[in-house]
Amino acid sequence: MSLRTGRTARAGQYAALLCYLVFLAFPFLWLISTAFKPARELGSLHPTWIPEDPTLDNFRQAFDEQPLLRAAANSLTAALCAALIAVVIATPMAYVMARHRGRLSTAATGWVVVSQAFPFVLVIIPLFLVLKYLHLINSLWGLILVYVVWSLPFALWMLAGYVRAVPPELEEAAAVDGAGKARILVSVTAPLLAPGIVATALFAFITAWNEFFFALVLLKTPEKQTLPVVLTHFLGAEGVADLGPLAAAAFLATLPSLVLFAVIQKRITGGLTAGAVKH
Amino acid sequence: MTLATAMTRSGRKAPEGGRGDGRRRDGATWFLVLPALIPILILSVGPLLYGIMLAFTDAQSGRTRSTQWVGLLNFQDLLHDTLFWDSFRIGLLWAVGVTVPQFVLALGLALLLNANLRMRWLARALAIIPWAMPEVVVGIMWRLVYNPDAGILNETIRDLGLGDGRDWLTGLATALPAVIIVGIWAGMPQTTVALLAGLQNTPHELHEAAALDGAGAWRRFRTVTWPAIRPVALAISALNFIWNFNSFALVYVLTSGGPGGRTRLPMLFAYEEAFRYGQFGYAAAMGCVMVAVISVLLALYLVGRLRGGEDA
Repeated sequence: MSLRTGRTARAGQYAALLCYLVFLAFPFLWLISTAFKPARELGSLHPTWIPEDPTLDNFRQAFDEQPLLRAAANSLTAALCAALIAVVIATPMAYVMARHRGRLSTAATGWVVVSQAFPFVLVIIPLFLVLKYLHLINSLWGLILVYVVWSLPFALWMLAGYVRAVPPELEEAAAVDGAGKARILVSVTAPLLAPGIVATALFAFITAWNEFFFALVLLKTPEKQTLPVVLTHFLGAEGVADLGPLAAAAFLATLPSLVLFAVIQKRITGGLTAGAVKH
Repeated sequence: MTLATAMTRSGRKAPEGGRGDGRRRDGATWFLVLPALIPILILSVGPLLYGIMLAFTDAQSGRTRSTQWVGLLNFQDLLHDTLFWDSFRIGLLWAVGVTVPQFVLALGLALLLNANLRMRWLARALAIIPWAMPEVVVGIMWRLVYNPDAGILNETIRDLGLGDGRDWLTGLATALPAVIIVGIWAGMPQTTVALLAGLQNTPHELHEAAALDGAGAWRRFRTVTWPAIRPVALAISALNFIWNFNSFALVYVLTSGGPGGRTRLPMLFAYEEAFRYGQFGYAAAMGCVMVAVISVLLALYLVGRLRGGEDA
């Protein structure tokens, strides 16, 4: 491919790549820049990229204005529980989907695909009513249940891909030795799947940590609300926002997702395609 | 009921592999599947069916009188609800306006990332950032960019001497284009990653053979690369369209549907109808209409594309 790529073409490619880099990076850099600017600079008509007088005041003020720690604790609880429950119940089902050709597997795969197209409007109203009936409105547990189900399609897809990568011969050998199915899954397959399970759990964690719509509808009192919902309180009614604290809080809320995503990035992008390959 | 039929069906199915007792195997399979299946039925399949049912009732939030069947009344009302159809039109504009450029830009980026360039690792890392960020933060971030005074966009415009800039998100003409750009930015990673995966499955030998035959870059792309990534391209653009049409958080944070409803996507409209005005039945009917129209559009798109592939 590189045989015919001339020097000008190369230069053009680098220029194009640079444009992409600028487009992708500048909003985030601007968020960081705003987060460290003192109020005086934020009010000026000529904002600069690098804060002239960087400060941590915005962070202090953000914690004073909104209950960020409590919101972060709520988010952490919801995301951790949802991620753990999701992988615990998804792994066995993904195993069945990967190893057995039956109507059940077909139906499950069908659900995984259709659920991607689920209109949230159509689901959220009945979900609200069902949770209300179960007295799980305005409760983190209700939200956790929703997050579990909501992260299942992706978890099943990823995990089924990882299961297919485990050679069936290993399991057959264990079956010959008289091990039951649950036993095989726990002591033969699961250890081999461990890295994939961890990656899937982390992804489910990130999705739940970032989620906004369900949290907005299902959590009413401020004590229960998660971080994304509390962040929108900074915006105020007329959209007049205190930019500095807003940027500082938004920056902090993003850090866990960014760090975890960097850790699992390779596995997720690999797993997405592995899940797509069907033999 | 569905559970019972599924159970008898799988019971009839001959055991695979031929070892062990078929019945016991099925029992074990169900044991593995049930922990996930029950929540899926209660919190996903059930609510979906319940939602469709609600569309034919006058369900409202916090009402003491019992809910009644109203037949097609909600849909009749919807037919004459110009506000809803305005919102629907905006939703389609938004979904197409985001999906198409997103695809083109992501394809370009994927091709660059697939070429042997330096700094590729940096581009890959950066390309992932929008994917990892909470949508609410993406919205907040772009509000800072678009901010009329302290925003970098207007500052750049002023620096370049192109005037004073404007208030992008509250201007009637600029609000929708402004949020569409954010939508494109936010959805780039998934599309790029999917297309990149497709590109890496392209047969390398074919590429080299075509290059030796003197085929230019564009010809090589048309004859070798595009046929190989076509299935991925179709799938990801269809999914993007659905995701974009259903998107909520971004626009909620950026404009809350304003100014004057110019960015009120159907999801925002239905959300307000359901949770601000409590019209559950009516909002459910909106959801049904949205699903129906989107399904028809997608079916037409996919059928058209697949047929086009056979002709080529």
